[in-house]
Amino acid sequence: MTKTKDIWVLGDYRNYFQNRVTLQILARATDLATRTGGCVCAVVFGEKVDEYVREYIAHGAERVYVVDDPGLKNYSIENYSFLLAWLVEKFKPETLLVGATRFGQEIAPRVAKELKTGLTADCIDLEIDEKGGLVQIAPSFGGNLIARIITPEKRPQMATIRPGTFHELAHDNGARGEIIHLPLPEHMPKEKILCIKSEYKPSKIKGIEKADIVIIGGRGMGSKGKFKKLFELADLMNAEVGATRPVVYANWIGHDSLVGQAGKPIKPKVLFSFGISGAIQHTAAIVDADFIVAINKNPNAVMMKMADVAIVADANQVCSAIIRAIKEKIRD
Amino acid sequence: MKMLKIIVCLKQVPMVSELPWNSKTGTLKRELAQGMMDPCSRRALEAGLQIKESRDRKGMETHVTALSMGPAMAEEILHQAKALGADRGVLLSDRRMAGADTFLTSLILGKYIKKEIPDADLVICGSQTSDSETAQVGPQLAGELSIPAIGYAIDIQLQGQKARVRRYVDDFQETFEMDLPGLVTIDQGAYTPRYTALGGLQDAFDEPDISMVDAHMLGLGHDFNALKDSPTRIIDVYSPTTQKENKVLKGAVKNVVDQLFEEYGKVISHAMGKDLKTHDHGEVI
Repeated sequence: MTKTKDIWVLGDYRNYFQNRVTLQILARATDLATRTGGCVCAVVFGEKVDEYVREYIAHGAERVYVVDDPGLKNYSIENYSFLLAWLVEKFKPETLLVGATRFGQEIAPRVAKELKTGLTADCIDLEIDEKGGLVQIAPSFGGNLIARIITPEKRPQMATIRPGTFHELAHDNGARGEIIHLPLPEHMPKEKILCIKSEYKPSKIKGIEKADIVIIGGRGMGSKGKFKKLFELADLMNAEVGATRPVVYANWIGHDSLVGQAGKPIKPKVLFSFGISGAIQHTAAIVDADFIVAINKNPNAVMMKMADVAIVADANQVCSAIIRAIKEKIRD
Repeated sequence: MKMLKIIVCLKQVPMVSELPWNSKTGTLKRELAQGMMDPCSRRALEAGLQIKESRDRKGMETHVTALSMGPAMAEEILHQAKALGADRGVLLSDRRMAGADTFLTSLILGKYIKKEIPDADLVICGSQTSDSETAQVGPQLAGELSIPAIGYAIDIQLQGQKARVRRYVDDFQETFEMDLPGLVTIDQGAYTPRYTALGGLQDAFDEPDISMVDAHMLGLGHDFNALKDSPTRIIDVYSPTTQKENKVLKGAVKNVVDQLFEEYGKVISHAMGKDLKTHDHGEVI
């Protein structure tokens, strides 16, 4: 088999319907393939995976490689990485993309190592350079810096992609794709990891690290009582509440909610920052937010300079005004 | 009874709170950074030390090697590791190792382990470091050593030549039994690290016996150059915060909030997963 221009996407279907990262990557791969040529392919391992194969075709995969076997029932890092490396060596795609779920972040490095190729972690964008190479765009240092990375010589070019980065294509029931079924190879290595238990336990609380909207309050909220307003706002917005160190130390909220170097880094789509000046320990943990609205009386606060929208006003009053505005806007 | 050999991989990272910071561009001046032990590496070390302590109580021998790769200044974190309870510190350091990507880093770490501690039973790494955050070195080191690996562990229990490992990933609670030798990476929320006893730290520095290993000692050829040999290449690095619009809204509170929703209502409603009506017409935006 000679090298192809094909772009492969690993079918990571655990937690489907919530986990949509494979569909998101297929959409971007379709776009990239218009510039590089080659076919967009999905790769699926497991037992009884027909429904996912159909789903990937409906979302842009032109070809799907499938190894469907009762022995692959468990999501196994060892088996799946062995199979993925085996198929890549057999069919020689130009690019291999994997969703940066925890599973994807485990399997991709194993496969890259086996194939002696490069891998960029947790990309937030992909581009094609003038030579047709894949430019892998990834954050480092908690998102303070963004690096553009290429794989000049080794193939396939590999990257894991942060979930939510790309928008999936509309489901197209009429889409046709080629399905290539492959038997489990005879030389499967003996597993050294035995799965004793694997239980689906979705966390009930979304958690501040995963929330799409995070509302963080600082000392500028005024008092413990006034700080509580943030929870009302959070309820209205399906948001989580976080806090800065002084607020946690003052016992306005528990340590669990600390956002900062010693606390939790967050990556929400929208971040509201109420009455926070922006100490470096705090800002380092929030730079991954896509869109920041900061509210502070002091227009020169670091936090205000970092924001997409900086509202120069009293944090507590703006909080109340946003609560009123949203109640009006979601009223039937 | 056979001695258990544990290797804990540690990385020195820039200390964010001490970093010179350009507040206009939001850029870190990394070259001026002070170093510290990566927070997740500390948890990996804690896991190793807890295993050692629990075996000590049963009269079983355990040897913990703290292993790092980095510039000479990274020696500090190995002294710290020794003060906390590691038996030995080893630093792989050479100008020719600089600029290694995860593939090369795992290759270099693996070369040392295969050469000097080929009978290691358990390798422990942090799941990811606070600077580059790739989460790749652990799994790739396991690949280099041809041993099994489990990522994001929250608990490790050794039972003979097996490790029972628990983790919570992608909404699944999982328990595995892994044959040793094997590698485990520790989740960033597990194994809360102990603090360094000041006396211990002093002793560790008084006893300057961190082993330094260069490229030549690892048997890496004269033409070895990690920056050049890495399969990936960084084209450039930039600061994302410079691209922010930084729109400033001033005036009466009610007006600025109305303006916020008029101009950015779509961004907010999209993140909320709810439709919001526009102020004037009750139209859905």
